[in-house]
Amino acid sequence: MAIEGVDLIKAAAFLGAGLSMGLGAIGPGVGEGMAAAKACEAIGRNPKEAGLLTRTMLVGQAVSESTGIYSLVVALLLLFVV
Amino acid sequence: MGCGAIGAAIGEGYTAAQANFAISRNPSISGDVFKSMLVGQAIAESASIFALVVAMILLFSNFSAESYVTIAVVFSAGICMGLGAIGSGVGSGYPAGAACIGMARQPSMSGRLMTNMLIGSAVCQTPSIFALVTSFILLFTNFAGRPVSPTWAAILGAGLASGLGAIGSGVGGGLVAETSCEGTARNPEMAGTVTNVMLLGQAVTQTTAIYGLLVSFILMFKQFPAADTIAPAMALLGAGLCMGIGAIGPGVGEGFTARSAVQWIARRPLAIAELTRSMLVGQAVAESTGIYSLVIALILIFVI
Repeated sequence: MAIEGVDLIKAAAFLGAGLSMGLGAIGPGVGEGMAAAKACEAIGRNPKEAGLLTRTMLVGQAVSESTGIYSLVVALLLLFVV
Repeated sequence: MGCGAIGAAIGEGYTAAQANFAISRNPSISGDVFKSMLVGQAIAESASIFALVVAMILLFSNFSAESYVTIAVVFSAGICMGLGAIGSGVGSGYPAGAACIGMARQPSMSGRLMTNMLIGSAVCQTPSIFALVTSFILLFTNFAGRPVSPTWAAILGAGLASGLGAIGSGVGGGLVAETSCEGTARNPEMAGTVTNVMLLGQAVTQTTAIYGLLVSFILMFKQFPAADTIAPAMALLGAGLCMGIGAIGPGVGEGFTARSAVQWIARRPLAIAELTRSMLVGQAVAESTGIYSLVIALILIFVI
């Protein structure tokens, strides 16, 4: 098996893309789950505000999603641009 | 095996601590609590027994280490089952602990609590069973006819995808089952509903483990063409790592969400519709990063 410059860069890029998306998915997954958990708790305490609470939950989750999307973008760049 | 023992030990320790607490709270039902503790610990233990079985097979079979593929198979099967047992061991400890506390609180419900705990822990065990299936397929498939170069990476990737993918779902499923045992004790009239919502929430937490299983099946059963370069092999290894690690976060996060939803359904049954809806919406958003990982893993396998 010949390992040369270009091949090595591609190999590292593929492995890096997998690690980027995999590790990058941990934080948003846990964080969004916590946001939704607190929203459920708050709806349980005060069901009348369910609409407002769901909206707040979705906005908060969208913000914590952003790092997951950064990881996705970096992974796609590593796969198709490098 | 080492990794597998960690999870079971943590889970069983948690159960025993909760059981002691429960007995001190209500000494008159110490028999029931003790029984439930032992049953719960037995279930948490089963994940590490799976790991033991795989370790025994690895130790006592005669592998002729003539190629790198065999080494990859042995390594991958061990890693897969070891990692896969962590989550289920920890997860099964939660419902068992909550069931012990619940029995002390509401002795008349101890039968129902035991049933609920068994259903909940059985669901926690499924990811470790996925890991067991993957290890067995790896051990008993003949990879002799495949080219060495990308196959070793596909095999390692398959083990990592199932093994790592099982951690999150095992823990997440346990968190849901914990509050459902608590809810059954707190509000016995809602026991049926609480069990149903628990199963719904657990089903969503299991999805990422199923993605991991899917990716490892593709990696094990697809015939990859021989490659002279190292890049295709790294793409397959990357796919396994991506899906395996990416499944941890959503599994745990969805578990947190469903845990709260189940807890509050028992406390405030009138809000059940709002709670179930917001649980599913919240879980769907938490799932998104797991789906990104699946997409990247599939691109690495099929497009690159």
